[in-house]
Amino acid sequence: MRDVAVVGFAQRQMKDFDGSPSMAELLVPILGECYEQTGWQKKDIGFWCSGSSDYLAGRSFSFVSAIDAIGVLPPVNESHVEMDAAWALYEAWLKIQTGEVDTALVFGFGKASAGVLRRTLALQLDPYTMTPLWPDTVCLAALQARLGLDAGLWDENALAEVVNRSLTDAEKNEYAVRAGGSSVEELLARPMFADPLRKHDCAPVTDGAAAIVLAAGDRAREANQRPAWISGIAHSSDGLHLGTRDLTTSGSAERAAAAVGGTDGVQIAELHAPFSHQELVLRSALGLGEDVRLNPSGGALAANPMFSAGAIRIGEAAKKIWDGTADKVLGHATSGPALQQNLVCVMEGR
Amino acid sequence: MSRTLQAPVTVAFDYTRSTGPVIGRFLTGLKQATIVGGRLSDGRVAVPPPEYDPVSHQAVTEFVELPDTGTVTSWTWVSEPVAGQPSESAFAYALITIDGADTPWLHAVDVASPDDISTGMRVRARWAAERTGAVTDLVFVPDDGTTSADRPTEPDAEEVSRIITPVSLDYRYAASPEESSFFRGLAEGRILGQRCPKCRKVYVPPRGACPTDGVPTSEEVELSDVGTVTTFCVVNVPFMGQKIKPPYVSAYVLLDGADIALQHLILEIPAEEVRMGMRVKAVWKPREEWGTSIENISHFAPTGEPDADFDTYKHHL
Amino acid sequence: MSKTPAAVIGIGQTHHRAKREDVSMAGLCREAMDRALEDAGLTLDEVDAIVIGKAPDLFEGVMMPELYLAEALGAAGKPLMRVHTAGSVGGSTAIVASSLVQAGVHKRVLTVAFEKQSESNAMWALSVPVPFVMPVHAGAGGYFAPHVRSYIRRSEAPSHIGAIVAAKDRNNALKNPYAHLHSEGTTVESVLASQMLWDPIHYDETCPSSDGACAMVIAAEDVAKTYEAPAWIHGTVMRSEPTSAAERDQVNPQAGREAAAALWKATGITDPAREIDCAEIYVPFAWFEPMWIENLGFAPEGAGWKLTEAGETALDGSLPINMSGGVLSSNPIGASGMLRFAEAALQVRGRAGEHQVDGARRALGHAYGGGSQFFSMWVVGAEPPSN
Repeated sequence: MRDVAVVGFAQRQMKDFDGSPSMAELLVPILGECYEQTGWQKKDIGFWCSGSSDYLAGRSFSFVSAIDAIGVLPPVNESHVEMDAAWALYEAWLKIQTGEVDTALVFGFGKASAGVLRRTLALQLDPYTMTPLWPDTVCLAALQARLGLDAGLWDENALAEVVNRSLTDAEKNEYAVRAGGSSVEELLARPMFADPLRKHDCAPVTDGAAAIVLAAGDRAREANQRPAWISGIAHSSDGLHLGTRDLTTSGSAERAAAAVGGTDGVQIAELHAPFSHQELVLRSALGLGEDVRLNPSGGALAANPMFSAGAIRIGEAAKKIWDGTADKVLGHATSGPALQQNLVCVMEGR
Repeated sequence: MSRTLQAPVTVAFDYTRSTGPVIGRFLTGLKQATIVGGRLSDGRVAVPPPEYDPVSHQAVTEFVELPDTGTVTSWTWVSEPVAGQPSESAFAYALITIDGADTPWLHAVDVASPDDISTGMRVRARWAAERTGAVTDLVFVPDDGTTSADRPTEPDAEEVSRIITPVSLDYRYAASPEESSFFRGLAEGRILGQRCPKCRKVYVPPRGACPTDGVPTSEEVELSDVGTVTTFCVVNVPFMGQKIKPPYVSAYVLLDGADIALQHLILEIPAEEVRMGMRVKAVWKPREEWGTSIENISHFAPTGEPDADFDTYKHHL
Repeated sequence: MSKTPAAVIGIGQTHHRAKREDVSMAGLCREAMDRALEDAGLTLDEVDAIVIGKAPDLFEGVMMPELYLAEALGAAGKPLMRVHTAGSVGGSTAIVASSLVQAGVHKRVLTVAFEKQSESNAMWALSVPVPFVMPVHAGAGGYFAPHVRSYIRRSEAPSHIGAIVAAKDRNNALKNPYAHLHSEGTTVESVLASQMLWDPIHYDETCPSSDGACAMVIAAEDVAKTYEAPAWIHGTVMRSEPTSAAERDQVNPQAGREAAAALWKATGITDPAREIDCAEIYVPFAWFEPMWIENLGFAPEGAGWKLTEAGETALDGSLPINMSGGVLSSNPIGASGMLRFAEAALQVRGRAGEHQVDGARRALGHAYGGGSQFFSMWVVGAEPPSN
């Protein structure tokens, strides 16, 4: 395998983006920041890959005008996944591994506020036996949360502690759309939204976009003084149907962690947990001990832009390598209802 | 004035779904007021039956008729229902393990408050009087012990192989700031393009990102409403949503001063007489009908000028 | 760094029809997948990862349908990816699956692409109204017809070239049991006599709307070598350009030209018309055959139609094109690109049945999407790649 590193990362997150659903105008400054960080220009990028969703935008081919933000004449080597940009990053990593290119820029974007997000996401379910009932994502997560509560795997306090830590950390994140810690008692005094979950247990609806630059070997060292070398990246999927998997754990997260050779030595992990209890599920499935610092960015409970939030976890983790805070970090992304798909990216400073 | 123009848009279609044999069997069961499970290769019974066995990957072919009672294994309270859900007022979704099944089924439970539902609670189906063979043919209610006394039967209901699933989503669409200036200009009868600061090409409508350079177009350029037909087609075919009677011409019109053509209609001339290179002028609707839309221009019509030379527009094809 | 050589060891497709009312979406995919797995002599459990592709989710009204399909497709427990690059997606999906093997990550990857267009209406799904913007007033073919007119003007091609292509492809489809259209007796005259829908495009020069799926198993060198006739992947390429840009060439798009040039270079091909034995290219409207012949570099600009007119692109010509009957005979949009890639692989494996080109050793698979701005292509060969 070639040595490939994360060498650039830029993001924007907000409650309510007032521009177009293709978000080209939001991507322009994000790509600009990536060029500035790496000292590169468009022509230095060997491969481009993005992640987004037509249903989030409310129209077919919503991604085609997003690539205008790159400036695509002359044409570029480019692909797109209908997934979080973390999987676009995976496709780009593959492309670099084939030896065809040495550098790649991946991006994700989504304007969740254009529709009613939790209702739109009901279209991700089985179209014959589930979607006609329009179960929303929050309810599916709530069913998952209660299974763990009933089984004694976690309690209300544990959920509130996750929220309190996340929103406290979010105070230092300029892109957080929800921030401000209080106390477990105060959080538990708030009303239920989707019993047993309160609003603060659920990621806020967020618009946003993000981009990450990858590079191999010397190209990485040229762009970044301390690249975040990807020592392992893998993903896996579970079935969607709630009856066919144990919702209190995450088989796909466990398999992804095993595929990267485990998580020993990870000091900081950014987990894409859109619901508070899911952080507990992931922490255990990924084998992250109590000494691992979780989500210093505030995580998805502070901002969760669909189709870029997973990539943002990888970018936030990589920053901790760049600035020397840590030598080994983990970025995680999820997709689908109740943690159906999970991707793990372990990065190291050398 | 907000930075961008915004408007609601609804994306709606009634999807026709062919069910295949397994889902068809399950939905036929619902039409008959019967819950049908599928027997898996490991002996377990799953509701709804999966189309393919999770272990052997073979199509599920053994079906089991089950009672319409079961036990809640998890639940949540929907405090703010969204459109299309089983109830307009607050209700519960639950994972329900049907008696005789080994896997839970996601469905709704009709109870008045979250205090009326709990894990382990017994529930039974309340069937709709008119059933179509869909998961919406029933909801669950607390089992009061008089199980199935009022259960309808329709054993000879017609087999379900096709369902109609309406999907209607409401969005709020926004134009980019650059496009917004264009549409606002149209409301004043002006056609406002913008020049890319790098390649100097004039875009109409302007762009949030010049597709060549990846930077926003910026310098405003007011364009003429006269231009040249670069290429076109004659539409002879009727189709869904069509507003004009065929035949008519849909053309690319390169406005004088612009570097990119707009697509619009050419009328006031027989379709067979439209030519590449023909000079045309915008025909505006009456001012009182104007909005922030390109539809303020009803169509383009010939100016009567001599046709443009091919060399003047061939690089726009 | 050299990549791991990879080859296609299994190919499957559905019988394509306007409406496959006998199957669900899962059933449609499994029909193609099970044929591909049987061809490769593998079970789903022996597959390392699954890559799925399809065009817009609005076609079926399911957001990211691979999520709910995961169990039925045997992807639960495995890595699962979903690609979407407009009409080129079937090709792009095969390329992503190839790169999983070429990168050395997996040994056996299953890739599947599908569209069940009968669940909705493609024209509706592609033209959801956008506020403030003028509806095009032209319908499906109305987008491409003006560019065909531009091609005819530029190349001075005679007006019956499209009909030659349509008659050829429809007759090729008669030899392909999976094709959607089996129109006996299609001739140049009958095509020209069909209704002029979007002048200059006749009804018989347009593709149908189909339900269908295509699947392939792609394996690493050590696995592929144990197979009798693998189709070795010699090169893959993807290129994108803007949907609309000032002075963008929409007849002979730069992205297509540069993709082809890069592909020929990567595969050591200097004279594609001579070195490629047959090509399966994405021709949804008949006139795109001569346009793509030029775009791909098989003929100089303006001369593509001469190959078509001379019969060189027929099954017995010097450069057979669209041996399967092409998109003009079957068009499940999301799968259409993969069907092109799969036909190229079938040809070099010598397994194309009645539409086999004698002695095909090296073939091109080609797909494009959107308004001719996304391209994906591969070259497959009977011999392992030398590069």
